[in-house]
Amino acid sequence: MLTFVQQLINGLTIGSFYALIALGYSLVYGIMKLINFAHGDLFALGCYVGYTLLVWVSASLTSLFGIWGCLAVGMIVAAIGVGGAGILMERVAYRPIYPAGRLPAVVSALGVSIFLENFIMVVWGPRYLAYHSSFIPAGYWQIGSFRITVLQVVILVLSFILMGVLYYIIEKTTFGAAIRAAAFDRDTAKLMGIDINKIIFFVFSVGPALGGATGVMVGMYYRQISFTMGWVYGLRAFTATIMGGIGNIPGAMIGGIILGILEMLGAGYISAAWKDVFVFVVLIAVLIFRPTGLIGEKKAEKV
Amino acid sequence: MKKNIVIFIIVAVALCIFPFVASTYLVDVVFFFGIYTLLGLSLNIILGEVGLFDLGHAAFYAVGAYTTAILNTRLGIPIFVLLPISGIAAAAFAWLVCSPIIHLRGDYLCIVTIGMGEIVRIALLNDPGGLTGGPNGVFGIERPILGGPLVIESSIAFYFLIWIIVGLSIFALVRLQNSRIGRAWNCIREDEVAAEATGIDVRSLKLLCFILGAGLAGIAGNVYASKMMCVSPESFTFMDSCMYFCIVLLGGSGSIPGTIIGAGAISLFPEIFRSLAKYRMLFFGVAMVAMMYFRPGGLWPRKRGGLGSK
Amino acid sequence: MSLKKDNKIREPSQKYKQKKDVILETQKLTKKFGGLIAVNNFDLKVKQGEISTLIGPNGAGKTTVFNVVTGIYPADGGKVIFKGENLNGYKPHEIAAKGIARTFQNIRLFSKMTCLENVMSGQHCRCSAGIWSSIFKTSKQREEERKIREIAESRLKQVGLWEYRDMLAKNIPYGSQRMLEIARALATNPDLLIFDEPSSGLNEEESDNLMKFLRTLLKEGLPILLIEHDMNVVMGISDWITVMDEGKKIAEGPPKDIYNNPLVIEAYLGKEEE
Repeated sequence: MLTFVQQLINGLTIGSFYALIALGYSLVYGIMKLINFAHGDLFALGCYVGYTLLVWVSASLTSLFGIWGCLAVGMIVAAIGVGGAGILMERVAYRPIYPAGRLPAVVSALGVSIFLENFIMVVWGPRYLAYHSSFIPAGYWQIGSFRITVLQVVILVLSFILMGVLYYIIEKTTFGAAIRAAAFDRDTAKLMGIDINKIIFFVFSVGPALGGATGVMVGMYYRQISFTMGWVYGLRAFTATIMGGIGNIPGAMIGGIILGILEMLGAGYISAAWKDVFVFVVLIAVLIFRPTGLIGEKKAEKV
Repeated sequence: MKKNIVIFIIVAVALCIFPFVASTYLVDVVFFFGIYTLLGLSLNIILGEVGLFDLGHAAFYAVGAYTTAILNTRLGIPIFVLLPISGIAAAAFAWLVCSPIIHLRGDYLCIVTIGMGEIVRIALLNDPGGLTGGPNGVFGIERPILGGPLVIESSIAFYFLIWIIVGLSIFALVRLQNSRIGRAWNCIREDEVAAEATGIDVRSLKLLCFILGAGLAGIAGNVYASKMMCVSPESFTFMDSCMYFCIVLLGGSGSIPGTIIGAGAISLFPEIFRSLAKYRMLFFGVAMVAMMYFRPGGLWPRKRGGLGSK
Repeated sequence: MSLKKDNKIREPSQKYKQKKDVILETQKLTKKFGGLIAVNNFDLKVKQGEISTLIGPNGAGKTTVFNVVTGIYPADGGKVIFKGENLNGYKPHEIAAKGIARTFQNIRLFSKMTCLENVMSGQHCRCSAGIWSSIFKTSKQREEERKIREIAESRLKQVGLWEYRDMLAKNIPYGSQRMLEIARALATNPDLLIFDEPSSGLNEEESDNLMKFLRTLLKEGLPILLIEHDMNVVMGISDWITVMDEGKKIAEGPPKDIYNNPLVIEAYLGKEEE
């Protein structure tokens, strides 16, 4: 049984993963009102792209960049690759379906998700793959009764930087205001001269890119990856997004972190087998008392 | 209306002849077509008629199946007696679980139904109190005994059992569609606020559709359990809930013939493409996207009108 | 405020001078949204046999009053009394069943259902057939269905939309959609009609027809409470006008009194430059 602080640190790390994935999810969800089931699978794609890169070029990379360089290069390549996949996905599977309405878009997203998951399985095989320990940084600090690994620190720092940058873009820049406006009321935003296509491009490249980079981090942290990861993490992202409140992008980040912490606490104090139940029960309780999420929706319905 | 009845009769006759001319394997396939149809119809009440996003429907199916499994193997209660009991158990479960959250809007309700589905699945997996048998599930479930020597055992017998249940369900659901309750459900789907202001008790009717949908799914669980003679949590995952969701939407939400066709597509597709082995799910995903592009209203959308006097 | 040349300001009818039953009354009604007081100690009376109109500049709180009366929002203070009963705590569908029927500022129809089905929904609260009687089509259920159809068809004909009965509500012209909403409200067999800007979006001819139609409803014995912006409609058909600004009542009376009331003019147009 790990101490509370240890749980907290682990929870924070996992929470940052969820937060980053939820960010990408919430960006798309806010603008398109689309439950992008494929988002989790894009994240999984990131795990595998990172894996492949590191397997192919590990020797030369480590000598060129060192271990931390591997992580960085892996994340960048995964981000670009998965971001590209996101744009492709939007063009091929979502754009043609938008005019048909919300429900067909959800089915289409499910179709893309099934396709991606099986694509990963076909290309990389159905068995677990593991990030080799030679390119995972070791080392940790022992402080009192808890330990924090160097990798955890790097992950936490990286995650918070990424979240911070995105928060800044969304909340403080004009472009971010345009994104928020489009999420609030798309048609009016268009009438105000906001270029929706640019926003869609941003949202469908940056969101998945974040997911892809997170995939590499998750691969390094957990070592084992499997093609079914997409569903699990996608569901977490959806949960975090709702917990924070629909269309609320900082809310999704906070939701993700809270989710991670809850999961670790649940695993530690209740049992590993029931931790997911614990998380969902908390979510349901939150929604019963705050039906529009923890932070709340930014939109009110006019009667 | 006349056209529909003629089609119905032709299909019914074909369904009656089919099992005597086809192989046992195919009869089983069409049995599962029937199960999927029943599940699709049960979800159609919630998703199609009322428009509520239920992505945890497998939970109701599981409650029905496990109720049958546990009560039969532990208490020896006959399967046929458990048929209505499983339905009622699933319906009661839905009432219990949905009452506190039925007021939630759209996507919030969606995530809660997903959560509920996961909670049920994990609970079944963790074998609380030694009831559910963990990952191996419960086995040794009996076959339904109608009385004396009349036992439902063969594939053909199960085939007729499920399709008779489906037939009765369709009859009841069509009647409901054309009743005050069915119309009120559709009004809620179109505009909740206006429905409430027009005198429709939105909350009660939403709860009712969940109870009914769950009950029907529970009945499907009973038939499934006694056919397979064992149940395990891996038949009731989130992926399964998504499949039922797709059945309703691919067929045409709110449309009973559409749901049947959707169930057919979902259950027959893997068979048709069996030769493609591991690539077939890739095609399935592509097919779903393509379907939404070419026929977003579904394969057989709901038709309205013709109610008034001429 | 200017009117069309040939529109008359309604002269208070003889009937108004007699004491009439108050069917709906708000007493010191208050509604807050966070820090904003949308409705502030608001008193309103609607009498039988009259068309009462609630007017005021945008944002005055008129629709909020409607929403509190019909149960969509709970009141933060004061009372709503309908036919002598305090409506506090009742849900909208219960209030509709008690006899208040409404339409909405932004038309809220059941768009993918037919016009006839839209109107039929009004009778939902007047019937009681449940699942079992619907599945087995008991004689009581069949009788109810027949009655629902009959009432819906007659109301649809009454608003002149019979030809659209099998068309989806979203496919009929805008002006007809407004009338369809009114037909649906009528189908609930109400004791009071509440219309939120029914002439909004209508052209002159459609507005005139609407005015005439509302007066025929009055003859049927249905009191009407309106929110309106179109002064021609307001002055032409109201028996009694209540003026609202920033959540408070600033004036009330028959049209003649309101037309020249300086407070009212100021609320709409702002103070005149000296």
